[in-house]
This record gives sequence, structure tokens and C-alpha cells, in this order.
Amino acid sequence: MAESIKDKVAIVGMGCTGFGELWEKSATDLLVDAAYEAYEDAGVDPNDIQAAWVATFYEYSGMAGLAASVPLRLQYKPVTRVENMCASGSDALRNACYAVAARVYDIALAVGVEKIKDQGLSGLGGNPHAATHVNPPSTAPGIFAMLATRYFARYGLSPEEGKRMLGMISVKSHWNGARNPKAHFKREVTIEQVLRAPIVAWPLGLFDCCGVSDGSAAAVVVRAEDAKKFRPDPVYIKALQICTGFGEGTTRTDFDYTHIEETYRAGARAYEEAGISNPREEISMAEVHDCFSITEAVTMEDLQFSPRGKVYEDILGSNAGFFTLQRALEGEKALPVQPDGGLKCFGHPIGASGLRMLYEMYKQLQGRAGPRQIKNPKLGLTHNLGGPPTSPTIGCVIVGL
Amino acid sequence: MVGVISYGAYIPLHRISREEFFQAWGGFAIPGEKAVANFDEDSITMAVEAAIDSMMGANQEKIDALFFASTTSPYKEKLGSAIVSTVLDLPPEVRTADFTGSLRVGTIALRSTLDAIKAGSARRVLLAVADTRLGAPAGDFEQTLGDGAAALLLGEGDVIAEITDSYSISDEFSGVWRADGDTFLRSWEDRMVLDEGYSRILPQAMSGLMEKCNLTPRDFTKAVYDAPTDVRRHMRVGTQLGFEPGQVQDPMFMTVGNTGAALATMMLAAALEEAKPDDRILFASYGNGADAFILEVTKAIGKLGERRAIRKHLESKRMVKNYQTYLRWRGLLTLEAARRPEQAPTSISGLWRHRREILALCGARCTSCGTPQYNNPGSLGHSPARVCVVCQAKDQFELYRFADKKAEVFTFTQDNLTAHADPPATVAVVDFEGGGRAEFEMTDRDPAQVEIGMPVEMTFRKLYHDPARGIHNYYWKTRPIRC
Repeated sequence: MAESIKDKVAIVGMGCTGFGELWEKSATDLLVDAAYEAYEDAGVDPNDIQAAWVATFYEYSGMAGLAASVPLRLQYKPVTRVENMCASGSDALRNACYAVAARVYDIALAVGVEKIKDQGLSGLGGNPHAATHVNPPSTAPGIFAMLATRYFARYGLSPEEGKRMLGMISVKSHWNGARNPKAHFKREVTIEQVLRAPIVAWPLGLFDCCGVSDGSAAAVVVRAEDAKKFRPDPVYIKALQICTGFGEGTTRTDFDYTHIEETYRAGARAYEEAGISNPREEISMAEVHDCFSITEAVTMEDLQFSPRGKVYEDILGSNAGFFTLQRALEGEKALPVQPDGGLKCFGHPIGASGLRMLYEMYKQLQGRAGPRQIKNPKLGLTHNLGGPPTSPTIGCVIVGL
Repeated sequence: MVGVISYGAYIPLHRISREEFFQAWGGFAIPGEKAVANFDEDSITMAVEAAIDSMMGANQEKIDALFFASTTSPYKEKLGSAIVSTVLDLPPEVRTADFTGSLRVGTIALRSTLDAIKAGSARRVLLAVADTRLGAPAGDFEQTLGDGAAALLLGEGDVIAEITDSYSISDEFSGVWRADGDTFLRSWEDRMVLDEGYSRILPQAMSGLMEKCNLTPRDFTKAVYDAPTDVRRHMRVGTQLGFEPGQVQDPMFMTVGNTGAALATMMLAAALEEAKPDDRILFASYGNGADAFILEVTKAIGKLGERRAIRKHLESKRMVKNYQTYLRWRGLLTLEAARRPEQAPTSISGLWRHRREILALCGARCTSCGTPQYNNPGSLGHSPARVCVVCQAKDQFELYRFADKKAEVFTFTQDNLTAHADPPATVAVVDFEGGGRAEFEMTDRDPAQVEIGMPVEMTFRKLYHDPARGIHNYYWKTRPIRC
């Protein structure tokens, strides 16, 4: 009989580099900085790590378990590379958690890294494999922009209304990023700046797109019963879910392009695993996969934070500002989303992102989030999306004290 | 009775005013405009368009042979007709051949076709002729050469025009030519090109045929014959033979330009659009000699279905923005490279394995749940489908062709980030009539006019050229319903 992962595993140490265009740092520098911060935070010696899972997407960030074992000189340990596109970081964590829960190992490391900016490209890199090349000439923003086109049409938002709603998502994340010294973009922006920015892929403009960044993040996990031996304030895993698409969105006419079914299902399963019946009320804060502003908008509905088709109300309508950290810090009822700036401002080194999200939830739960500290958070959620919205892999993690 | 069963033509959507060339270079202002292939079109894609047009409303009897005639086949060593045949989803038993090497290849292929039908080795033959010749910047050819295609479905029996006789002359003289490796058309001194070439050889074939058949210009409704790039000499050939100006078919110089090997057959398509039963047409083409034919139009022409051919294709047009755009589309400028990922190596084995999905746009229909489904062989999902995306039945599929289905835009984007010859790249997810969905680039569109619910049709295009491997990668795109 399958069991829930709830309260079986704890995170006892985490590390995260600053994200950004880190011209002077290699993937090795980033991995070592993140992993050693996590070791120190957990109070473990590198040789205490019994197994590791490393998340990278691009092969030039590293291949195989060697991607982590060589830079970290993990000697003769079982190390495996996890690649589940942008959700790789969440999946590396899932593997490490399941391994300690199965009592195969006592201490495991999940680490993610991406060194993107050595490619010299605008946006993300390409798929290096020999191919038939009959895909449309889409880019990541183009693929997600198609959600926005359809969302506006379905819910009767004029392009101006729709773009303003999406723009406020980015304004909110920039406010948070400006309060985070590790973020890639640490500058507040106004809605006028966002709306004036050049269009990347209609209707998404420059500020609707997340940063393309270098960075790394790491977590040390142990079984829950051992956690207090490492630190007084371990953070417990309440749910770990992965939900993977099967090519349905571009094949089946019943996909509506206004939601992401995999997010909905991963969220619903995570809530069930964690014993949550009203996510909007019970989740204290979330880091979701805001690769583009529209992704965050539909994710609010798919995670049941906003009713279907009504996210506008929580952004610009009757409950405007519900997802802002600002409102939470002012002591008002809110569900702060992307308190660390999100992919939008913290940045998006692909393999690291899932663990970076977790880093903020971990720090917030421990009361160590500095100027961004949310008052008494109980449960934090991370939502990590890999691949196109028509057939993604979703990682959804819920953590709490 | 051997002759034309049906006909079709293709003129690219885009036209450029000759004023643009004059503005860029000065010199002599030639009036009118010319048809310009989009950046994603070439002689193969235009031959496909004309071939599809020729099959519209024609009886769907089995095609035994597919011939492709062009002086601008993108490959020196790869059969263009084999590509076109696969695109049209013709069976592997179909006979394919390419004809090239002369402006007269369209009619050289036509004579071979007629011989094959008369000899009984083929009952029905589809002949597609297309050309996209380039004139060097700042020259007259840049202004006079246009792009276009035509196709004839030929056979025995219920023909719309019987081809009763033909006559040919071979002559080594070449006033214009391209050597191996030449990008642009070359020409000898134009007085001799016309006086000793076009104006001497073409009428010889036309009068030779009339003498052979005991006919005079008065016995013909129309004279449809090639024009030289200096179009002023076209009419003179006809009138010197004794044709009235009203009998001479317009060579479309003011609207399309000189479409090389395709010109005569395109003019014939235009003539057939106007033709009535019992009309007699003298049809001739010039290039290293000349071919002449007599066509006698039958009653069956009245029963032929609607097609776009010349008239509709001519009316439906969009002007190229400016001369720079023209240079970019023809690949005549080195532009700053976009800071985007380089193209990964093209896989010949992948293209071949998925040829029916890629070239014929075949998907599958699940016989268990009935869902038509198209799996893009280049995307992360894999093709062809083995397990149904709806009901998960394994290997319960029948072939289902999407190429001829109309569709509707479900959602779209205009992508400025992607490297593209005609930015922004319009990418749309479309739902097909009868079921099935896929994501394609949209071409021949005005970005400002693209909207959800917009009806589209499929068009066969060149997706890109992989210069490191010499591979032309063809695929389908959507376009707004052309006309």
C-alpha cells in the first residue's frame, strides 16, 4: 500500500548562490558555493553525504552524475544526473527524499546547477541533437504567449486589460526582488515601464519574461526522526508530487490553452498528500514557476489559489494585491507569491530553479528571510514547470515546520 | 484522344513594384510589377502548389507518372519529382522524372508525356513546371524575371483539350544561360539574342507546325507562346506570323514577370481559363530550339471544377514592403546573425523515416476512439503515434492526411525573438476540420490580421536550408485561405 511522504523527510541544510550573469563563475564555482553553503547550514562534512542527485538541463552544464561528483569531489558516491527540463531541480529533491525515506541512505544531497550565459545567446539555448527540424520557429516566450492570447480571448480581457494584469505580476515580483541581495534583478519597476517595454512574443513583452541566469542551489535531506540532530528548526516535507504531460496539448483539441492540467493535478495530489483542503487559506506562501507572467497567472488558478478565470480579481480587481509580499508585510491578509522575486527577478538557471524556490520557503519557515520575512508562515509551496505548457512536467513540493 | 485532363497554376502571393528596383539603382524604369516567391518558397514548393491546384475537382483516377520540369531545382543530385510525389502522397510505383537544362523543359516534358501516353506506358501523368530564376542586383533581369508555376494533368479519354499535333526544332543557340555554379542569369548581346534567337527560332516552330497541319493563323482562337525577357518582342512574333493582336495570349509581364520555364505553361493555363469548346490553341515554347503544339478544346472543359489557376492567384496579392526585403528573401544579403541557437545538424535518416508525416502531412486516426491525431516528428513527442493520445489503444491507427484539410486558429503568437526572414514569426495552434490539432508556422500572412478563429489552409514550404549539409528541409505551414 502506497504511503504519503508527509513528515518522513526533513531538509536540514540549504545553499543557494546569487543568480545572474555570472561571467566570472563556472558551473563548478556555482555548485561548490551552493553545496558548501548547504553543508555548513546542515553542519555536515562533505564525506557525510551518502548519495547525490544533480539537476541540469543543458549538457554543457555537466553530464551524468559526474556533473556534481567531479566539481564537489564526491568520492566513490552514488551520484545521478536528473533531467526533467525546468522541473529537474524539484525532481532531484524528490529522488533524494525518497532515497532517505526508503532508509537506503541517511543523508542525501539534491543539487541543481545551470551555466547558461556561456552560450552568448538571447534567451535560452537550443536543442543540440540532430533532428528533423520541423518544429515551428517558436521560442519559449512564444510557446507560453499562446496561453495569454487564448486566456484574454476566453475571459474577455482586451489586450490592454490583459497586458496590464500580466504587467502587475511582474511589478510585484520586481518589488520582491529589489529586497533580495541574491536576485538577478534587484530593481523595482513601474507598470508603465512594463507596458512600454518591447514585445518579445505577442502579447508578452520584455518584463513578462524571466531572467536567463547562471546559478546553483542545494539541499541536504535526512529522515524526519534524525532531523533535530542536525538543527533545531528542520523543515519537513509535506508533499512531493510530479505530474508529466504526454503530448496532449498540441494534439488533442480538448486542451483549452487557458490552464495547465498537469499543474492542477500535481497541486491537487500535493494537497491530498499534505492534508490540505483549502489551499487559498492554508498555504502561507508560494514560489511558483513564473517563467512568464502568464504562466504565473494560470498557475494561481490551477493551484486553486484563485477561482478559475478569476485571477484578475486577485491581481487588479476586487482583491488586488492578494499575491503581493508588500501586503503580507503590512499585516494584511495575503498569499505572497514569489517572495524572493521568482524566476522573474531571482533568475532562472534551469536545473537550479526548483531548489532555489525551496530555499526561499525554507528560509521563510525558519524566520531567516530578512527584509522579506513573512510573519509566522506555516506551509510553503513550490511549483516547478518543465517543458511547454501543452505537455509539461510539474514538480510540486509542500514544506512546513 | 490524348490531351489535357485538367490544369492548375501558382503565382506567389507577393509582388514587388518595379519602381522599387528603379528607386534602388536608377537606370531605366521598367513599368509594372513582378511576382516574388516568399522566403520559404522555391521551385519545388511552387510545383506542389500548382500540382494540387491541377488536381482540384479533377477526377481522382490513379496517377501513373509525376514529372517535374524546372531550370531551378534546388538539387543537382536529388529528384525533385520524387519529393513532389511524396508530398502529394502518390504511391511508390509512380514513375518520376525531372526535366531540366532549358527554358523549354516544360514542353520537352510535355512531348515526352504525350509519347508515353500514346505508347500506353502511362495512362495519366501529372506534369508540374516551376521556375525561380534570379537576376543580379541592378540589372534588367532583376526587374523582368518573376516566379511562378503551372501544372497539367495529362491523359487519355475525357480530356478538356486534345493535343492533336506537335512540332519541334532543336537549336544550340542560347541567348541566355547559366553555367554550373552560376547564381544569376547571363546573357549575350541582346540584339543577337532576340534577332537570331527568339524572333527566328520560335516562329519557325510555330509556322512549321501550321504548315504540317495545313492550318493558318485564322484557324486558331489563341496563340499562346513564350515571351522573351524583353517583352516588346513578344507581340511582334505573333503579328509577323499573321495573328491578330487579340489572338495573342498576354505574357503577364506587367503582373508576374518572366517565369522562365514555367511561363508558357502558365500562359496556357490562363488561356484554358477563358477557353470554350471547339477553340483551337497554338501553344509554343522557346529555349535552345522550340516546341509547338495544337490543342483542341472539348466540351469537357465546361465540367471542370473550380480552381485558382491564374485569375484567382493574380487577384490575390500582397506587395513586398521594400527592396531590402526582396534582397533578404532571395538570400542576397549577409545579415547580422541573430544571437540565437545555431541549427543542429539535420538528420537525413529522421527526415526519410518520417517522410509521410513531414512531406505528405499524414497523421493517424485511431480506429478505436476515432480521434484524428498529428504528431509533429520534430517535437518532443514522437511520431508516428503508436499509442492513442486519447484512449491509449496501441497500434489501432489508420493513415489520416491533414494536408488537404482546412483548419481554424485556436491560439497564436507573433514571435520577435526567434531568428526569422520575415519577422515576427507567426506561430499558431490550429484545429482541423474533422478533428486533430497541431502547431505550425503561419506564412503569407499580415501579422496584424491574425486572430483566433481565423480560417487557414495548409501550404507546403521550405522550412530552411542547412548549408553545412546541403539539405533543403521542406514542411507544411498554415496560411490564411489564399483566395
